[in-house]
Amino acid sequence: MSTVIRFDSVSKHYPRYHHLSGGIKNFLFNLPKSIRGLREDRFKALEEISFSINSGESVAFVGRNGAGKSTTLGLIAQVLKPTTGQVTVSRRVSPLLELGGGFHPDLSGIENIQLNGVLMGLSRKQVKSRMEAIIDFAELGEFIDQPIRTYSSGMLSRLGFSVIANLDPEILLIDEVLAVGDASFQEKCLKKISEFKKSGVTIVLVSHSENDILRVCDRAIWIENHRLRMDGPAGDVMTGYRDSVSHP
Amino acid sequence: MNELRRYYDIIFVLTQKELRTRYKNLGLGYIWSLANPLAYSAVYYFVFKFVMKVKVDCFPLFLISALFPWQWFSNSVGVAWITYLGNAPLIKKVIFPRNLLPFVVSFQDMLHFLASVPIIFLFMAIYSKPFTWWLIPGIPLLSVIQFAYTYSLGLAISSVNLFFRDLEKLVGVFMTFLFYLTPIVYSSDMVPEAYRPYTVLNPVAPLMMSWRLLFFEGRMDPGLLGLSVVYGILFLVVSHLIYRKLVWRFAEVL
Repeated sequence: MSTVIRFDSVSKHYPRYHHLSGGIKNFLFNLPKSIRGLREDRFKALEEISFSINSGESVAFVGRNGAGKSTTLGLIAQVLKPTTGQVTVSRRVSPLLELGGGFHPDLSGIENIQLNGVLMGLSRKQVKSRMEAIIDFAELGEFIDQPIRTYSSGMLSRLGFSVIANLDPEILLIDEVLAVGDASFQEKCLKKISEFKKSGVTIVLVSHSENDILRVCDRAIWIENHRLRMDGPAGDVMTGYRDSVSHP
Repeated sequence: MNELRRYYDIIFVLTQKELRTRYKNLGLGYIWSLANPLAYSAVYYFVFKFVMKVKVDCFPLFLISALFPWQWFSNSVGVAWITYLGNAPLIKKVIFPRNLLPFVVSFQDMLHFLASVPIIFLFMAIYSKPFTWWLIPGIPLLSVIQFAYTYSLGLAISSVNLFFRDLEKLVGVFMTFLFYLTPIVYSSDMVPEAYRPYTVLNPVAPLMMSWRLLFFEGRMDPGLLGLSVVYGILFLVVSHLIYRKLVWRFAEVL
């Protein structure tokens, strides 16, 4: 088995950008303070995280809100760069799937599929040939021709997942997107994810649903206070996590 | 080759997106792309010809021969601040070459300008100006140079604006200065002799002067052209340095 995702003591710190939010004028008037602020006042989202994920594994990230799960996913998707340490991703990553991810509110469902399909790595031809399948999967009926600002959050996640379901990712990243769909669509997504899993796609999932995690993932990584707390079989990690939540 | 194909596809869908979100209807979009510069031309014509009685022959053609290219320039630079800000969801989720976004915005504005060139031709015919063969290489050449300007400035402004969100307002003020410091509503030889050599320190000046020379006199000036090329390359280099320094922080600030 080959390693496809590897974190070597990765830390991610964000400068607190509110030092810039006052604009150029304020920045220049308070120059020394602004620069010191950017340098020193930093938010530590991840501290010294190391793990590696093999090809074909399905891994869940669990932890409280703000623990650093989404930052981890952003690093895997390579839209973020680590502050120190090294992130190695050796396969094609699907885009970070999140609520309303990458969609333009004024475009219709179909137009968004065309745009996103290409940005996510398909050619225009491939998008055209998969359009039928994507629309079928989404089950949005006549809404598919409406601007997506008229969509509910559940409908947005349907559209998002339908595009992803018809890409051919080697690594699939899913960030809490299943939670908003209705029960039947959730079921459909979980089935699709299982299909991906069977065909050898590496799956990285962030979720708060223990059921989804246990159903999809063999392994779980628990992040607490920006550090790695536990890494092991999904069942064991979930038991530990559940205990710590109920008896803090 | 595959990479090239991918770039082409991305540029295609992004251009399509820009057109669809800016104008619901392509026909109306075309009329708008003509109406906007024409409306400005009419206002300047009124002010400078009727009120201030500027003595220039064929003033309408004189005006639009530089005002239409300027409109392209100022539109591209004027909306640049929102390029990355308005595409936050894309930048936070998907990896693709981010410089294609400002590329597409400027590209689209160039198409609009080219769509307005027949109006300039119409005025050339009205004032029986010569249609010389210079027009054939001249229009594409100057368009490419101006594209380098607008793309570079768009890239730099939209990148920096993510960090300093008030840059937009400074750009607005700056563009007003630039408009009056560039020979558009006046010609470069109306500038007092003592100041004339400094005109070309303004990077937009040689470009706008070249456009006017092309449409008004049917010729090109190698000096002005060369200067525009140098400025264009300089813009490309500097803006890419800025962009490469900032691009990996885009997802952090959005």
